[in-house]
Amino acid sequence: MYDISKCYQAKDAADAVRALMEDETAIVISGGTDVLIQVREGKLAGASLISVHGLPELTGIRMDEDGTLVIGAAETFSHITNHPLIQTYAPVLGEAVDTVGGPQIRNMGTIGGNVCNGVTSADSASTLMTFDAVLELFGPEGVRLVPVRDFYLSAKKTVRRQNEILLSVQIPKSEYEGYTGKYIKYGKRNAMEIATLGCAVRVKLSPDHTALEDLRIGFGVAGPVPMRCTETEAAAKGRKLDESLINEIGKGVLAEVHPRSSWRATKEFRLQLVEELVKRAFREAVEKGGGSFDA
Amino acid sequence: MLEILHMNVNGKDVEIPVEPGESLVDTLRNRLHLTSVKKGCEVGECGACTVLIDGEAVDSCLYLSTWAEGKRILTVEGLKAPNGELSRIQQAFVDEAAVQCGFCTPGLILSAVEIVGTGKKYSREELRKLISGHLCRCTGYENILNAMERIVEETYKVAGHE
Repeated sequence: MYDISKCYQAKDAADAVRALMEDETAIVISGGTDVLIQVREGKLAGASLISVHGLPELTGIRMDEDGTLVIGAAETFSHITNHPLIQTYAPVLGEAVDTVGGPQIRNMGTIGGNVCNGVTSADSASTLMTFDAVLELFGPEGVRLVPVRDFYLSAKKTVRRQNEILLSVQIPKSEYEGYTGKYIKYGKRNAMEIATLGCAVRVKLSPDHTALEDLRIGFGVAGPVPMRCTETEAAAKGRKLDESLINEIGKGVLAEVHPRSSWRATKEFRLQLVEELVKRAFREAVEKGGGSFDA
Repeated sequence: MLEILHMNVNGKDVEIPVEPGESLVDTLRNRLHLTSVKKGCEVGECGACTVLIDGEAVDSCLYLSTWAEGKRILTVEGLKAPNGELSRIQQAFVDEAAVQCGFCTPGLILSAVEIVGTGKKYSREELRKLISGHLCRCTGYENILNAMERIVEETYKVAGHE
């Protein structure tokens, strides 16, 4: 038995927003793998829940006519990993969410919950940052689109208002076409683990695969919110692929991140992970794209 | 306030009252007396409470019973053949001595049902990842993996595809 005051199952997205407006203390629950644990821990004891679990409007993965990939907020991690559209156009996102928890958790937890929780360790978040994904929020005034890069305010705080729900996560065609990517999660265990550090790198190579046309670097747990390293990205754009570039990227990101010490790891260890993981992820992303560093 | 829940459990339609904060593990154990579903950590870490919901393995401790409305639930009780015989998956666990205290076994067997159901062949390394949501505190993982390998292999021979 969970210590909750009530749980209202919304009939659709509009009903969820209406219910959230009626009860300003209510919080949204979707997959439940974070909210119910917090209820169990006592942090959310007595909570009033509005459930958007499995709402048809929030499920499904599709491609719009303009090529935008649209992922329903209540899609589970395992559905995302196994979906042909994700496997074809955004495989790195499927790989990233395949590192969340364990298999059962991935059958329950949702990408929308992962993002809306506002935590820096969310395995989907750093990858979504590199995609410049757009979040479709729905509230009393209708739909508004928020770039994921503007979504996070501070640890566990996002721009989503109490009476808004996330409908979908969208990735424009220009953000996935021609890129290859790699996500590396560092944790003490291989499963059932929260990231000590997460690093997503996506690259677009020149047609002859010898130079870097575009670079995207995203980190989780390298600061209070998921982040991008835009200065390092800009400095590396257009550069020829060689070993010195890898090292420059490794050093470059160190100037942009600001991890802290926690019981999981010290700041010093996280900085070492930042440098090492970005180098490894960059190398793999380039190799997946058909590039090499042998020249 | 009680709500009436309709779901299909082990092939039988059931209609039972549940409370708003009730978790599926409590409904299955306390109201339907399906005690193969074990209650371990209650925070989705140990996998002892794993059941299949519409064919997917989930931790029933982190699942509100009201979400099960209209769903198909499978527990180990539902694997028994009409003549009382064990399923091939259960038999594989017996043959490989993959059971020690037995607390993690029902959950692992249901994950095995999901894994075997794909009809795919998996390496031992892949199987390790696929059972990583289960804790065996007797640490009998080697025999569990042996059982998994055996049943995956057997099924692949009969109905396999890549």
